[in-house]
Amino acid sequence: MDIKLREIEYRYAAGTPFERSAIADVTFDIPSGQYVAIIGHTGSGKSTVLQHLNVLLKPLKGEVQIGNRTVSSGRKEKNLKDVRRRVGIVFQFPEHQLFEETVEKDICFGPMNFGVMEEDAKKRARAAIQLVGLPEEVLGKSPFDLSGGQMRRVAIAGVLAMKPDVLVLDEPTAGLDPRGRQDMMDMFAKLQKENGMTCVLVTHSMEDAARYADTIVIMHKGRVFRTGAARDIFSDAGSLTDVGLDVPETVRFQRLFEQRLGRPLGKVCLTPEELAAEVGRLRGEQS
Amino acid sequence: MSEKVISIKGVSFQYPEQETFALREVSFDVYKGEWLAVVGHNGSGKSTLAKMLNGLHYPSQGTVSIGGYKLTEEHVWSIRGKLGMVFQNPDNQFVGTTVQDDVAFGLENNGVEHGVMQERVFASLEKVGMTAFLNQEPHHLSGGQKQRVAIAGVIALRPDIILLDEATSMLDPLGREEVMNTVRELNEKEGLTVISITHDLEEAAKADRVIVLNEGRLYIEGTPADIFQLDRELVQLGLGVPFAVQMSQLLADAGLKLSQRHFNEEELVNELWTLNFEK
Amino acid sequence: MMEKLIIGRYLPADSVVHGMDPRAKLLFIFIFVLIIFLANNPVTYTLLGAFTLFAVFLSKVKLRFLVNGLKPVLILILFTFLLHVFFTKEGDMIARIGFLTIYEGGVIKGVFISLRFFLLIFVTSLLTLTTPPISVTDGIESLFGPLRKIKVPVHELALMMSISLRFIPTLLDETDKIMKAQMARGADFSSGSIPDRVKAVIPLLIPLFVSAFKRAEELAVAMEARGYKGSEGRTKYRLLHWSLRDTMAMLLLGALSAALFMLRS
Repeated sequence: MDIKLREIEYRYAAGTPFERSAIADVTFDIPSGQYVAIIGHTGSGKSTVLQHLNVLLKPLKGEVQIGNRTVSSGRKEKNLKDVRRRVGIVFQFPEHQLFEETVEKDICFGPMNFGVMEEDAKKRARAAIQLVGLPEEVLGKSPFDLSGGQMRRVAIAGVLAMKPDVLVLDEPTAGLDPRGRQDMMDMFAKLQKENGMTCVLVTHSMEDAARYADTIVIMHKGRVFRTGAARDIFSDAGSLTDVGLDVPETVRFQRLFEQRLGRPLGKVCLTPEELAAEVGRLRGEQS
Repeated sequence: MSEKVISIKGVSFQYPEQETFALREVSFDVYKGEWLAVVGHNGSGKSTLAKMLNGLHYPSQGTVSIGGYKLTEEHVWSIRGKLGMVFQNPDNQFVGTTVQDDVAFGLENNGVEHGVMQERVFASLEKVGMTAFLNQEPHHLSGGQKQRVAIAGVIALRPDIILLDEATSMLDPLGREEVMNTVRELNEKEGLTVISITHDLEEAAKADRVIVLNEGRLYIEGTPADIFQLDRELVQLGLGVPFAVQMSQLLADAGLKLSQRHFNEEELVNELWTLNFEK
Repeated sequence: MMEKLIIGRYLPADSVVHGMDPRAKLLFIFIFVLIIFLANNPVTYTLLGAFTLFAVFLSKVKLRFLVNGLKPVLILILFTFLLHVFFTKEGDMIARIGFLTIYEGGVIKGVFISLRFFLLIFVTSLLTLTTPPISVTDGIESLFGPLRKIKVPVHELALMMSISLRFIPTLLDETDKIMKAQMARGADFSSGSIPDRVKAVIPLLIPLFVSAFKRAEELAVAMEARGYKGSEGRTKYRLLHWSLRDTMAMLLLGALSAALFMLRS
């Protein structure tokens, strides 16, 4: 399922003295099956864009096409359940949304809201808990007895159990330690590759964006600053620094090395592994 | 090295109703004016240690002395005057309704006289660059700004030591940088001793000294350069390694000659060049 | 909806009323609420009304703003008005609608009671509009200070109030976030039968409670780390200044009370 944003605009508290603009003229595509990263500073409008993807917010101008459904201003939107099911959003600190007595019930909450029968929902819960790498015993526990990292996994399982076509992730690793962060990002990459899920990652981490995303959207001051393939975006480090964003460490290191070398390597490397291989190859050529 | 400000000897700690020890026979010292990073993954005992240093827990065994006071209920308030703490969640430590009220909170608690209080509130906010926000309410501030206000609240009490308990882990990269720069300046200009409890090894790389905790024990202690030689061992402890260390490892794996694991990128590029490419 | 409610909102401005000591304002309101009940004829109500309008004028708060703020409580006032009109049987009968009869006394009483409501709301709104919530808290703490002698934890209560004020926006934000997260999981807060809707708020309330308790716990630790050990030996950053204008306001209020006493029938 493709999602297309066309010149959307949104303002908070519109029509009151407290009105402030959040995003304007935002246009980009999320093609089916792709991994798209939206990057930008706090306040760049990333979170506002994200809430349009499943119509938690409706654009004041422009339109959002979600699959074959079009959402635009002025029209009353009824029956949003289908859209909400197909686009699952994992919000920042998703563990804050847990509320049921058991992990199983909490994971079933989403599917059952969308009309899945209890038996089927329970099956989905078992599958989802495995996907997030937790043992099945957890299903019977209270979510509030788990560690922070486990709670987050349960919350994510609750969204995965909805079997969305598009998975939207808002800073999913915030506050986790490095091991937890890595595991979680690998899990999403696997879901996207193996289950053909579309992934939208909202992040501050240039490294994650460079490693995982096919396409990158850079937001700046409520507008789309640039979009493009990851390699193209990171080849042009200057434009990133123009809007105060960091260059991925790998790219920065590659540039340092190229200065010593006196010439650029063939391509910009997106991960340290890729760069090490490239440098190794160069060394082989020279000797 | 210079004067000891904290001395921890054979400290163990067990939470009530838990079988395992959160800290086991931990011993180390902290010296005046240094920046000490304490790293470990979640559950390594680092938060327990942080709480103990502020007298929120007392050791089950061993002794902790801070600024010449032994940690007991009798001295706990004196210790809190010597060591100020900045917590993880910027929202849940902001007591005042405005920036200046919040900075004054600690001073009020200590019965500081009104005139002195006004001076110190302003001076502290000046040191963290927040004077323009005197009357702001917390929900109008960014995470980084709230943490700077928390730091101002701590230094207003003129402690010798500031303890950051994962104070940057909930911030975005800009906020993190903003807070780290503020603390660095206080460390360098005012000679404030800094203990930073973190799982961010990039942050630890900039410390004078690093302590690694694992399963409640002190795993290793040394300069960042020493610690990062462990590289994959650190990954096994659930810690990330700084980029340059990771890069060194990968380059070595790809068959490039390197004398050691670097944690400084320029040094790595230099050595990579001289040992492998220079003719 | 929330934007229209003015009770409890602070409107910063530079006026005589804004500059008053919160204790003076609190005392003023307390006495004012009492003397409203002295009024019982057109003259006394006119006097009270004029006095209130004068206070509004001094506060530089736009009258339109106050009147708009009345809208949410208008229904309540209307209801009380009609109740008096229909059920008071005093004076001459002036109309008959079906089985209901309206007497002159009822209309007068209805108007007076409604006026009383208006005045009360005007004056209390004026307090919150011209005084930052934290100053109100300081004022209350200071006024109730003597109760400490009979072991009332005045300081603790005031601190509780000020912390609640500080966390209101934080919790509102949080409510919004949790609501959106649950809506993304298919929760529906705005349709269905009443029992359905009550059930629908559970996924919102429980996370809110959990988070509020966690915040409270962390806040308590942070406060202890910052040296908080109760009111003993504590100094105050915010000082209250009773000035000439506060005394003047009190004198004026005294004069008004005396006038009401003499003019009431």
